[in-house]
Amino acid sequence: MKVQIASNVFLRDKYLLLEFCAPAGFAMPEPGQFLHMRIEDSFDPLLRRPLSIHDAVWQAHSKNGRKKHVVRILYEVVGKGTALLAEKRPLTQIDVLGPLGRGFDLKKIGRSRCVYIVAGGMGVAPLFFLARRLREGRKENARGPKIVVFIGARNKDHIIREKEFKDLGCEIHVATEDGSKGFKGRVTDLLKTILPPATDGAVSADGQEGAPVICACGPKAMLAAVAALAQQRGLAAQVSLEEFMGCGLGACLGCVIRTVSGYRRICHDGPVFDAEEIIWGD
Amino acid sequence: MSKPNLKVAIGSLKLQNPVMVASGTFGYGREYADYVDPARLGAIVTKTITKNRREGNRPPRICETTGGMLNAIGLQNEGLEDFIQEKLPACRDAGTKLIVSVGGETSNEYGEVIEALNAYPEVAAYELNISCPNIEYKDKIISQDEELTHKVVRDVRQKTDRTLIVKLSPNVSDITRIARAVQDGGADAVSLVNTFLGMAVDVETRRPVLGNITGGLSGPAIKPMALRMVWQVYNKISLPIVGMGGIMNARDAVEFLIAGATAVAVGTANFVDPRTPLEVVEGIASYLSQHHYKDVKELIGSLNVS
Ligand SMILES: Cc1cc2nc3c(=O)[nH]c(=O)nc-3n(C[C@H](O)[C@H](O)[C@H](O)COP(=O)(O)OP(=O)(O)OC[C@H]3O[C@@H](n4cnc5c(N)ncnc54)[C@H](O)[C@@H]3O)c2cc1C
Ligand SMILES: Cc1cc2nc3c(=O)[nH]c(=O)nc-3n(C[C@H](O)[C@H](O)[C@H](O)COP(=O)(O)O)c2cc1C
Ligand code: FES
Repeated sequence: MKVQIASNVFLRDKYLLLEFCAPAGFAMPEPGQFLHMRIEDSFDPLLRRPLSIHDAVWQAHSKNGRKKHVVRILYEVVGKGTALLAEKRPLTQIDVLGPLGRGFDLKKIGRSRCVYIVAGGMGVAPLFFLARRLREGRKENARGPKIVVFIGARNKDHIIREKEFKDLGCEIHVATEDGSKGFKGRVTDLLKTILPPATDGAVSADGQEGAPVICACGPKAMLAAVAALAQQRGLAAQVSLEEFMGCGLGACLGCVIRTVSGYRRICHDGPVFDAEEIIWGD
Repeated sequence: MSKPNLKVAIGSLKLQNPVMVASGTFGYGREYADYVDPARLGAIVTKTITKNRREGNRPPRICETTGGMLNAIGLQNEGLEDFIQEKLPACRDAGTKLIVSVGGETSNEYGEVIEALNAYPEVAAYELNISCPNIEYKDKIISQDEELTHKVVRDVRQKTDRTLIVKLSPNVSDITRIARAVQDGGADAVSLVNTFLGMAVDVETRRPVLGNITGGLSGPAIKPMALRMVWQVYNKISLPIVGMGGIMNARDAVEFLIAGATAVAVGTANFVDPRTPLEVVEGIASYLSQHHYKDVKELIGSLNVS
């Protein structure tokens, strides 16, 4: 389906925020889902590019006050496709498939007292939408889970959306590899110091009422470290994975990750998986 | 003017139009249900199935190249039993002809899968994927060896009266010799082409981009080569041809028909735009009307080389 770009602006350096108003028939997205975007009408680039839903909100129209469904995509220019997307001006039509994939398991997450959100680099993209849903999904007066966000990046220039998470009422911890902001080192090393220690005997917190959960998105090595840490502390973790995609619809088997039940499709069975399902280091 | 006739026949298989979707690019038909009504297609060809479950290759399995893409899926599939239990029932309701793509590591395996599927009337035809290594012959790729191709086709021919299409690999020095072996083996049609072997290198890491190192190239980049092969085979054998390789729109498809294909298959284009096969059906019809053809068959092999 075609969507019309409302705005597409640089936040800084190589990071952009694209916004469109969901057309009729556009399904309400779930956190962790993505859009498969055809960036050019030509065949260069040939394949679509998967980009997560960064945010989706109902907003009153500035003129008529009518509610509109605004969808946002946060992306980094890394190659041909994203560079071309960065050039798109408002009113440009762009063809998208989606929302696609299986997002975070909100039922499981919503039951916990505390959600640890761990974002490495562009991992903030889907996790912000998750935080918003957890904040806004709760009933009036219901406390909802506490949200503790960890953002990790190379240096302070790559830390994005910190303020937006704060505005949602999340507790924020920042780690940079060069120490230019917050904790110096990897975000998982920071996480280690703040996560509660393993409770005696609790091997898996799954099903344990109110037990904290970890939700993570970022480079695979980071997710593997998060998964190991979660297991060590007896916590459940949901991780959002990436791979090159062809169809985006589960048909081509191009985007797989090795799991305990064989190779599974990131586009269709994921992109969010229970961390303990994944066989890391393949 | 009345609507042009789009019906074609491949052996005993009658198609309402000459447009199919290529094996491996359309799953088992239902993955695209939100975008394409399969009932409007000539046929769907399933992902290749094998007797036993195959895990497939390690990722990354696909990558984009200029004007094309490489894939090394490794024939991941859940095997024959699962296909019959889980996939076939949904195919039954697709409202179009179902062609099952069959692969195998031995010629017996092709036969076994086909004998099992003969019991299911919803299977209209078979497409043999012979771009598979044969473990009985030192992992020789069947489609790269005339004798082996002939033997496999002849053996499988004994097992079924249904339309038997054999899919050729372009990774040979003379595709017409393999096509001839297929014809002599008793097949009803050939489809061509499968992907061209290729690879890509990540210069930062000096590692291959694909987990399997090499993969098959598909998409617009291969169209001229695929078209040339269809033309060559059309001139050498009498079997109908299903043409494919980089078909992105109706004009591409018409090129294949003119070069000698009786039907065409849309592959990689499904990833770019899932509506492509439907647009190709409509586009062929309007091409025929515009050029005053009454029947798509007038177009087949009509290349003017005088
Ligand atoms: C489910 C999913 C959600 C994603 N969400 C976002 C998002 O919200 N924001 C964002 O900025 N990016 C996201 N990505 C990554 C994004 O898809 C790639 O950065 C993009 O496709 C690169 O396209 P390109 O043409 O600019 O780069 P290319 O020229 O194709 O490649 C440039 C570099 O990016 C890497 N790359 C290319 N495609 C992918 C891919 N699919 N996954 C991982 N790395 C890739 C290549 O290895 C190469 O190093 C997501 C990926 C997936 C699978
Ligand atoms: C991701 C992918 C998977 C494929 N899997 C199969 C397969 O299982 N069996 C087969 O015979 N061909 C397979 N093919 C080859 C296609 O059916 C087709 O022959 C080839 O891609 C050329 O057509 P195209 O350029 O239109 O894609 C696959 C192609 C792609 C891109
Ligand atoms: S991209 Fe085709 S199965 Fe995931």
